[in-house]
Amino acid sequence: MSNILVRAANGAADWFNERAPGFMPFYRKHMSEYYAPKNFNIWYIFGILATVVLVNQIVTGIWLTMNYKPSAAEAFASVEYIMRDVEWGWLIRYMHSTGASMFFIVVYLHMFRGLIYGSYQKPRELVWVLGMFIFLALMAEAFFGYVLPWGQMSYWGAQVIINLFGAVPVIGPELTEWIRGDYLVSDATLNRFFALHVIALPLVILLLVALHLFALHEVGSNNPEGIDIKKGPKGNRWSANAPADGVPFHPYYTVKDTFYVGFFLIVCAFILFFEPTLGGLFLEHDNFVEANPLVTPEHIKPVWYFTPYYAMLRAIPDKLLGVATMGGAVIILIFLPWLDRSPVRSIRYRGWLTKLLIAIFVVAFVCLGWLGLQSGSTVQTWAARIFTFYYFAFFITMPIWTRIDATRPVPQRVPEHD
Amino acid sequence: MADQGVNTGRRRFLTATTVVVGGAGAAVAAIPFLKTLKPSARAQVAGAPVTEDISRLEPGQRIVLQWRGQPVWIIRRTPEMLATLPTQASRLRDPDSDNPEQQPEYARNEHRSIKPDLLVLVGTCTHLGCSPTFRPEMIPEPFDSEWQGGFYCPCHNSRFDMAGRVYEGVPAPTNLAVPPYRYLDDNHVQIGVNPEGAA
Repeated sequence: MSNILVRAANGAADWFNERAPGFMPFYRKHMSEYYAPKNFNIWYIFGILATVVLVNQIVTGIWLTMNYKPSAAEAFASVEYIMRDVEWGWLIRYMHSTGASMFFIVVYLHMFRGLIYGSYQKPRELVWVLGMFIFLALMAEAFFGYVLPWGQMSYWGAQVIINLFGAVPVIGPELTEWIRGDYLVSDATLNRFFALHVIALPLVILLLVALHLFALHEVGSNNPEGIDIKKGPKGNRWSANAPADGVPFHPYYTVKDTFYVGFFLIVCAFILFFEPTLGGLFLEHDNFVEANPLVTPEHIKPVWYFTPYYAMLRAIPDKLLGVATMGGAVIILIFLPWLDRSPVRSIRYRGWLTKLLIAIFVVAFVCLGWLGLQSGSTVQTWAARIFTFYYFAFFITMPIWTRIDATRPVPQRVPEHD
Repeated sequence: MADQGVNTGRRRFLTATTVVVGGAGAAVAAIPFLKTLKPSARAQVAGAPVTEDISRLEPGQRIVLQWRGQPVWIIRRTPEMLATLPTQASRLRDPDSDNPEQQPEYARNEHRSIKPDLLVLVGTCTHLGCSPTFRPEMIPEPFDSEWQGGFYCPCHNSRFDMAGRVYEGVPAPTNLAVPPYRYLDDNHVQIGVNPEGAA
């Protein structure tokens, strides 16, 4: 009996492979014979976690659209309907809202990993640039999504962000009208943001994620040592031509990642069952009040993941310059592969100067994030100006300090090899 | 038809013209997709003028109405409020209302209004469109120890005096806008229409 089943399964597999001969090579290239460095540490789990969150956002998002109404008259009530009257609706909605914040947590950590281990350096520039495009698309996606519940923060956040485009010389006012589809943020705006949030940007993000992975698998993963395992000796337990310091992604890293995914989901579950708004950080209190175009909330602030850039915008006492600073802070990250002139990748082989400047950068970025949540007193504004200055100085002077900083020679092989 | 050799010149010409015609077609096809995002006919009609009875508006009071979806304020200023206006010039970015886009010519004066006491403003901050709060009391405020009354934007701390003129050192670039308006009679203001004879 089992013989028949095995033969039937093999027959089906052969039938499929004959008609889709590209499938098995594709699987081998990206999974079973993708040789990743064997010395990955915990910093290397955030890519897979971001993928898990992406799947969560797509699945819960599809379910939310089954009850959500994208119109100014009904949107707010339909979200409350999901929360109260739809069976398990609250869970699906909180999975989506918590997922949005978790997405940014893992993406920021994923980017920081790239920064400390020099993962963007040659030959991985394209991987980094595609990743930055994902980050930009993700910011747009998060912004559009935040408008949909049509609360006060949704409305006034949209008002502020759309008016950023009004700073563009000459065509500014017409451009904002074109984005809104009205003279004010209105039903037309909400409806088109819904279309962008559920169709356009998810397609773009999925395409970019696929390109990001293909570009990575072409050049191979970096590692905490910054050693190019493809240039090292060849031959491991599985293949004579594969890098000696590589292990097949499947099953070695799929198993390891599954363990971390489980741990990550426990953290997510804790948040969404016990503290779904995270004290107003993940879901702002003012957003539980329906949008009112005539009353601005006392204190407008974006969700936490935009606050570092928002603090920069607020610190500059000039509209166009403020918007340019905010945009520049994101755009400058794209050029990281060409700003870093260090001969080594990993922070482990760099000098004290790099470690110090990166540490201050982390402090500056976190402080900017905190300042963006505050009301903006004179002291806070000056602090934001200093940190903004440091943020840009860090990148603009990077070609200098990465070149003058001391480095240690990078070994040929991963140090702890057997 | 067989082997006549390849006419590369003709081949290049055909490729180039196909690219040009195809590109022009794609560009023209993009027009409806871009234009459909503009305000619809219904949204444009909703921009009609608004009329308000101001006979019961007491000195120091404000009414908020909606015109084109924006908040419009009508404020009857007290003599004390009007007296603060000349004192603030040195702290203002545009004390003489030199920016012609922020008010019609008939409101380009010290009080920025047709009648000195009656102020009509679009109540959205010229920085990023939040609606500033009305802070008429002349008391020291956390954001200004010499506050003379005016408007304070909670979004990014922009400040305006009792004529909607912007203070120095805040993110808002220009004075608050005065919308086109006219008096139908002593007690009725119409927002969205210039006075007869005015440009």
